[in-house]
Amino acid sequence: MNLRPDPTFYPSAKLAMEGPPEKLAFTLMLSPDGSQPDGLAVVDVDPKSKTYSQIVHKVIMPNKGDEFHHFGWNACSSALSPLTGHAFLERRYLIIPGIRSSRIYVVDVKEPLKAKIHKIIEPEEVFAKTGYSRPHTIHCGPEGIYVSTLGGGGKDGTDGPPGIFIMDCETFDVIGRYEIDRGSQDKQYDFWWNLPRDYMVSSEWGLPPQFENGIVAEDLLSNKYGHRIHFWNLRERRNVQTIDFGENHQMALEIRPAHDPVKEYGFCGVVVDTTNLEGSIWTWWREGGKWHAKKTVTIPPQPADPDDLPDLLKGFSAVPPLVTDIDLSLDDKYLYVACWGTGEMHQYDVSDPMKPTLAGKVELGGIVARHKHPNGKDFGYGPQMVEISRDGKRVYWTNSLYSTWDDQFYPGERGGAMVKADVGAKGGLTLDKDFFVEFPKGYRSHQIRLEGGDCSTDSFCYPSA
Amino acid sequence: MIGTTAGLWLAVVASGLYHGVNPGMGWPLAVSAALMERRTGALWRALAGLAAGHLVAMVAILMPFAVMTLLIDWQREIRIAAGIVVIALGLWIFVTKRHPRFLARVKPTRLALWSFLVALAHGAALMLVPIYLGLCRAEDLDTAHRAAEALMSRNLTVALGVALIHTAAMIAAGGAVAWGVYRWLGLKFLTRGWFDLERVWAASLILVGVLALATA
Repeated sequence: MNLRPDPTFYPSAKLAMEGPPEKLAFTLMLSPDGSQPDGLAVVDVDPKSKTYSQIVHKVIMPNKGDEFHHFGWNACSSALSPLTGHAFLERRYLIIPGIRSSRIYVVDVKEPLKAKIHKIIEPEEVFAKTGYSRPHTIHCGPEGIYVSTLGGGGKDGTDGPPGIFIMDCETFDVIGRYEIDRGSQDKQYDFWWNLPRDYMVSSEWGLPPQFENGIVAEDLLSNKYGHRIHFWNLRERRNVQTIDFGENHQMALEIRPAHDPVKEYGFCGVVVDTTNLEGSIWTWWREGGKWHAKKTVTIPPQPADPDDLPDLLKGFSAVPPLVTDIDLSLDDKYLYVACWGTGEMHQYDVSDPMKPTLAGKVELGGIVARHKHPNGKDFGYGPQMVEISRDGKRVYWTNSLYSTWDDQFYPGERGGAMVKADVGAKGGLTLDKDFFVEFPKGYRSHQIRLEGGDCSTDSFCYPSA
Repeated sequence: MIGTTAGLWLAVVASGLYHGVNPGMGWPLAVSAALMERRTGALWRALAGLAAGHLVAMVAILMPFAVMTLLIDWQREIRIAAGIVVIALGLWIFVTKRHPRFLARVKPTRLALWSFLVALAHGAALMLVPIYLGLCRAEDLDTAHRAAEALMSRNLTVALGVALIHTAAMIAAGGAVAWGVYRWLGLKFLTRGWFDLERVWAASLILVGVLALATA
């Protein structure tokens, strides 16, 4: 029992940046063909440790075929809001959903090197209580743990729209659907919010038949993936505005609001523009009581010889950047953009959110470029899920996107990996030669969570001022 | 009986100070408001909202008891019942440690409503009932029997006095902490200075209830 708030809860993003550096990371391991159970890897990220850059513990699940993707904490800094009365929760459990099985694992990481399964929520409970399937993004919020889903009901997840449901933050019981009025929202991917300002933003990927067996080229070329973001009145649970980026902006994925709740803006990454194969970053903001969005970064495709391209891309004679993940540092200064197709990690200075400028770049992997790591090893795929340390000085990323999509863009088994780059005092990004985690044979690597919180976990109830 | 009366009024003030410094009663929200708007004025406005909600909750709980004091023959039973209710709520909070989720549905801008609900849900208002009933009784003993009308008006005045003085003490204490954190201590105080008072709070309710029963 804690008599004081968990020391990893910070009132503001600024105070979180001043906290101690992370010594461990938690990274999801997935078996792309479901031949082995998925797992959670505990990675040593303390440069002073003898086991630096090694997996020091694994929690292997009792089921196969879950397909781990994103995950999150049972509690974060938002527990410090007196409105919710949960200041004494512990940041102790990782909530790990299987997006293929709809099963949810709660893993106790109080002693990280002895991390173990605390509870398993079977798919039937999720289906019965929510009518949703394929749970994905996790955030702890005002009413408990919020879980976004990619599928609705029925076997193929198309019986009704996907949405968000809420779990109890102490018992982990599934409570029920979040939405009271979803408006025109019919697809779902990421979501995040600004708690004191009481709004939420959600995004769209595609419905289960559009991703589970691989990307559907016809759907992509006819612009049938998601291209809108939705703004919600968080506590009224109502969709108050929808912004359409234009149907050629296919797959609006990660939502990254400014961490300082005084600021009413944020970013969203779009995977590909079907008219020119560009990736893009959009800035959204509130002005005059309305939401607005504008494309503020475009990343062009790179020409390529069709012989070097997988079947899916041969006809285009180019590699699209494929902006699959973005992440914003806690000081709201740098936005990291993973270009999974071309094999690049971009660092944008977004001090002026309407005019991002490229401040740094690392080339690693890539469909055609196949840039090697400074230690001489192949990276296999491209930079994908990215996570930033609280102090903003270290950036970690892995290389798998999604089992069936990996196989289309990067055919063959190429090895799951996790790397780290150091951020220069005035920006710039350099790969750490000594940090390269190779995942066990047959496993790919996905989202990373850092011990004590990171830049895509915590919501802050107090300004950084 | 002057001693008893003074002691009880002191309890009204003390419980106000106690509620005020408890972060769960809302002073961190005043700090947040001032920081969000970058104006000290927002801090006072938020405190006013919190005080209004707390005051209304006190009045809402005390008034029915003020009316019930007319049932002169049932005074003892009413005091015992009030004591039992307070003890029961204390025990419930002590054992379950559950937080009512509806509080999380209140918008961050509706501070008065939130403060009203939280004072009801956590028994802050109920804690005052035994003290109030004690006051009514102490003054009764002083003045012997009065006409029902006079008694009623006096008891309502006492109830209002209890609610006002308690809320004034509560907001003075909470406001002092909020101002201190906003002006000097900084947000770090939130993580260092926030103790889990839940068990202590539950124990306080039980203590007040037991005292009420013992003196009933």
